[in-house]
Amino acid sequence: MSPFMTRVRFVLGEVWQGISRSITLTIALIATFAISLSLLGVSLLVGSQVNEMKDYWFDKVEVSIFLCTSGSDTPSCVSGPATEEQKSQIRTDLEAMQPLVAEIFFESQQDAYDRFVERFKASPISANVTPDQLPESFRIKLFNPEEFTTVVNKFLSRPGIEAVRDQRATLSKLFSVLGGLQALAFGFAVTMLVVTSLLVGNTIRVTAYARRREIGIMRLVGASKMALRLPFLLEAIFGALVGGIFATIILSVIKGYLVDKVIATSFTFTSFFGWGSVVSASLICIVSGTLLAFITAWFGIAKHLKV
Amino acid sequence: MIKFENVTMAYRKDGNPALNDVSFEIADGEFVFLVGQSGAGKSTILRLLIREESAQAGTVLIDDINIGMLPEKEVPKLRRNIGMVFQDFRLLPEKTVAENVAFALQVLNKSPDEIKQTVPAVLDLVGLLDKANRRPEQLSGGEQQRVAIARALVNRPAILMADEPTGNLDPDTSVEIMRLLDQINKAGTTVIMATHDAGIVDQMRKRVIEITGGAIIRDQAQGVYGYS
Repeated sequence: MSPFMTRVRFVLGEVWQGISRSITLTIALIATFAISLSLLGVSLLVGSQVNEMKDYWFDKVEVSIFLCTSGSDTPSCVSGPATEEQKSQIRTDLEAMQPLVAEIFFESQQDAYDRFVERFKASPISANVTPDQLPESFRIKLFNPEEFTTVVNKFLSRPGIEAVRDQRATLSKLFSVLGGLQALAFGFAVTMLVVTSLLVGNTIRVTAYARRREIGIMRLVGASKMALRLPFLLEAIFGALVGGIFATIILSVIKGYLVDKVIATSFTFTSFFGWGSVVSASLICIVSGTLLAFITAWFGIAKHLKV
Repeated sequence: MIKFENVTMAYRKDGNPALNDVSFEIADGEFVFLVGQSGAGKSTILRLLIREESAQAGTVLIDDINIGMLPEKEVPKLRRNIGMVFQDFRLLPEKTVAENVAFALQVLNKSPDEIKQTVPAVLDLVGLLDKANRRPEQLSGGEQQRVAIARALVNRPAILMADEPTGNLDPDTSVEIMRLLDQINKAGTTVIMATHDAGIVDQMRKRVIEITGGAIIRDQAQGVYGYS
């Protein structure tokens, strides 16, 4: 065995002694690291999901101008279904709005019906719907979706138009719910990380007590500050790494089972974050956990270990 | 050369000083007893020498280096040059005799080859080569103290300090330990020993520094314990 490996083995032996002497504390340390890092990972994954949905949806968002049907009861529809004249006027006006309006697409009642049946094919309501109940509509893609209000102001309350809707409004609600969830997970993660750092300090105190004979002798024979501190640093980092591995497993289960097998099958209207997000979230968890362990251990050692 | 110049040291700011204006010199290769009652200040002198404490006034010098002013990162180097032995041996119970001695080298990152050579040599010196694989609990008190001395010597320090090394030992064993310390001293190591043991001091006839209430009241070559 090379001299270097012998030294590594000696230091690791000391670390192992520290860990095994306070095994319950080490388990607690690993568990809190696992939980706090998982929460951090979950908040990162929710963030990835929000970005994923924004990418997916903002490409597809459209402003819809729904035309009056025979069943419409809004004031702008008192004269009955939209006339051909009204429709061509709307189209002309829309075309005049280029370049703000990027694409115009007309959906007939039959198109709307086909889409409705397709979307709700599993549901009994599709059997009770006929094409004439569904409105015709202009679907408009905006060059810049933020300028939605310009379109609304132009067409709102015009005779023959029942409503103007921006899909972004619906999505924003969803995004704000997801954003709230992300903030919540992040808040829990930060709280748990504070708890974890307190536990790191406490573990060092207990380990320093358990190893007081060794430390006393090491100081006496002139061990360097680093040689004294290394076993404590390694023990804290060990806790963070093992906790980080558990967090990675938890995040993988969330992706591989919860998201792919459960959520994705019931929510087909969107795509979900990929494994790349899981990998980067896990790496961030492991790195930040290790960093936290290193920093809190360093200060904990300074507090509890005389050199 | 160890030099105390007007050293005053109190453990608490407003408390009575443990050492009060103490000055003395110890030449290289000397054997010195520090005698005096418990709390007289013997251990404080030893603690100042390894920078376990710092004096409030005066200077502590080893080879013209001011120990009190030593930067913190130099303190380990200072301690590598001073071997330390205690009344309670301070051995690691899970480790064998050889491992206890090797520990002092391992924490200093000494090479396995060096450890393999040095440990048996120093165990041979203290007469415990045949018990290298025993654990401390399987040894007598005198043998445990020999292990502690071996560990203190394994880094070849210039100074060996012993704080009541015979305090837990019966008279016969104490004599053996003293013989060993004398032998180490004759090989060139400065030995400073704080003790209560009048019989040993009287028998050894070495220099005696007597301390009472934090002050030196006697410094005598080839001295005796002096009071009962």
